[in-house]
Amino acid sequence: MSTTADVSAAPRIESITDFKRLANRLRIDIIKMIGTAGSGHPGGSLSEVELLTALYFRVMRHNPKDPAWPDRDRFILSKGHGCPALYAVMAEAGYIDKSAMNTLRKMGSPFQGHPDRRFFPAIEANTGSLGQGLSMGIGMALAAKLDKKDWHTFVMIGDGESQEGQNWEAAMFAPYHKLQNLTLIVDYNHIQLDGFVKDILDISPLVEKFEAFGWRTLAIDGHDFNQVIPALETARSAKDGKPTCIVANTVKGKGVSFMENTAKWHGVAPNPEQVAAAVAELEAAAKKL
Amino acid sequence: MSSTTVSNPKTKYEPKMGVATREAYGQALVELGKVNPNVIVLDADLAKSTFSATFEKAYPDRFFTVGIAEANMVGIASGLALAGKLPFASSFAVFICDKGMDQLRVGAAYPNVNAKFVGSHGGISIGEDGPSQQSVEDYALMCALPGFVVLSPSDEFCARALVHRMAEHVGPAYMRTGRPKTAIIYGPDDKFEIGKAKQHGDGRDVAIIACGLEVSYSLEAQALLAAEGINVRVLDMHTIKPVDEAAVAKAAEECGAIVTAEEHLLDGGLGSQVARAVGKSRPVPMEFVGINNTYAESATPEQLMEKYGLTAPHIVKAVKAVLKRKGR
Repeated sequence: MSTTADVSAAPRIESITDFKRLANRLRIDIIKMIGTAGSGHPGGSLSEVELLTALYFRVMRHNPKDPAWPDRDRFILSKGHGCPALYAVMAEAGYIDKSAMNTLRKMGSPFQGHPDRRFFPAIEANTGSLGQGLSMGIGMALAAKLDKKDWHTFVMIGDGESQEGQNWEAAMFAPYHKLQNLTLIVDYNHIQLDGFVKDILDISPLVEKFEAFGWRTLAIDGHDFNQVIPALETARSAKDGKPTCIVANTVKGKGVSFMENTAKWHGVAPNPEQVAAAVAELEAAAKKL
Repeated sequence: MSSTTVSNPKTKYEPKMGVATREAYGQALVELGKVNPNVIVLDADLAKSTFSATFEKAYPDRFFTVGIAEANMVGIASGLALAGKLPFASSFAVFICDKGMDQLRVGAAYPNVNAKFVGSHGGISIGEDGPSQQSVEDYALMCALPGFVVLSPSDEFCARALVHRMAEHVGPAYMRTGRPKTAIIYGPDDKFEIGKAKQHGDGRDVAIIACGLEVSYSLEAQALLAAEGINVRVLDMHTIKPVDEAAVAKAAEECGAIVTAEEHLLDGGLGSQVARAVGKSRPVPMEFVGINNTYAESATPEQLMEKYGLTAPHIVKAVKAVLKRKGR
């Protein structure tokens, strides 16, 4: 496919209700995907669904039919273990056939256990060792700035991930070099593998930390499309030299009552009965949308 | 002791001194920057020492010092490469390799990005600063990264040429440069290819396979041995990975004994690479010159190279030891 600057190549959802319906459906995909795989990270996948959906279906300039388009916006999932949500969103957007979701974590699958460009070239960066995505995003944003291109780079980290020191090396660099074409999204779901973030190594006040480092900060409810979309659009259109950090307050395991707000579902796959219960709950919720 | 014919074996080694390989790196970066606008150079507050500052002077808009933050620097290099740039990131070898290891692994090796990394102040020949600054494990670390090319040039001409070769090579690459001025071994017209050793002399008693500063010490050892009627050849194995297996096999076949010499721990460096190539082709006795399971200390470079067994007399000793085992 020829490269094109046609922005309309990006899939676009207009209504908030349609966004909510899609987010609900993607949660079902995620649960089924991880259930079929028999391993994976449901909690941190479910917390990032609205953020990813808003990026791929409204905010980012991209073309699923031409993933190598040089002027596309970039997205790096630094919290690589949350990849089932990214895979579901990218499949929905048309980057790959949805049947790939049945192959998560299986030999040869484009949907590797953590994002891997070698198997799924539309993935922008290999991640999984926490703390590295923001630096890579800075490299991309720097390249765009040097080339005077207007594509934007988005990076998502987890709240627990912000304990990694490399983030703070990177957090110093981006504002100093005026990378307004870079946005960091923190999926602040309050829980990491071993328990609540506040009980392991409290990272608060996170907004103030990024403010002090020179970032524009936006604190939002990461499940409310009415907040997520404007925040991402504000970040993408920044003209004042500041990179943007969106601290998105989220719920780990969002949408599946028995997975919500517990570290238990950080990295455990649901069994078939649990998949059925989760899907039933999500389908019931869909009827109310 | 067997000896084979060599036309006019040199019994004296009196090289002219040139500039350090790190200085040649800076010059080569400028040459690259002139022809390739995609070359971006990063450093972590050691630009004057690594000589990336030479590039900064010529192309300030394409040079970024990231501060003292090597992990971030390696990650930025990966991002630049993924966006189509040709980044060269430099610091001291010990800092870029050791502090940047996970980033080199996940950000560069694993996705096989086209990013280049250069570590100066390799080995113990940096002298007085001591073990925290002396990289004695960079070959091992970088050879352990799948897909990485690992280079250790012996003089300024070798270094300069290899910077160009690593720019042409598509994929991740690492080069170690050194702090001290080096003996001039080559000239501006000598050609270098990644993975192709340079042979000095055709002695058949023993083959010495060396890299970096040890090439010069090996040439000195070659002259000392020639004075005693022992004729050795020296292979400059500037590419540690992929090691020149054909050259190693030929040396094993023709000489029947091999000594390796490197300014690095005996674990996981040139000796290991050569030993594997020897084992796969024509097993022959080997001896290994290198740093033996220890860190060094503060002293002059000369004192350290002597104390830790890396100078020409040590190579001579290893040659004589392997000769005794040859053809048993």
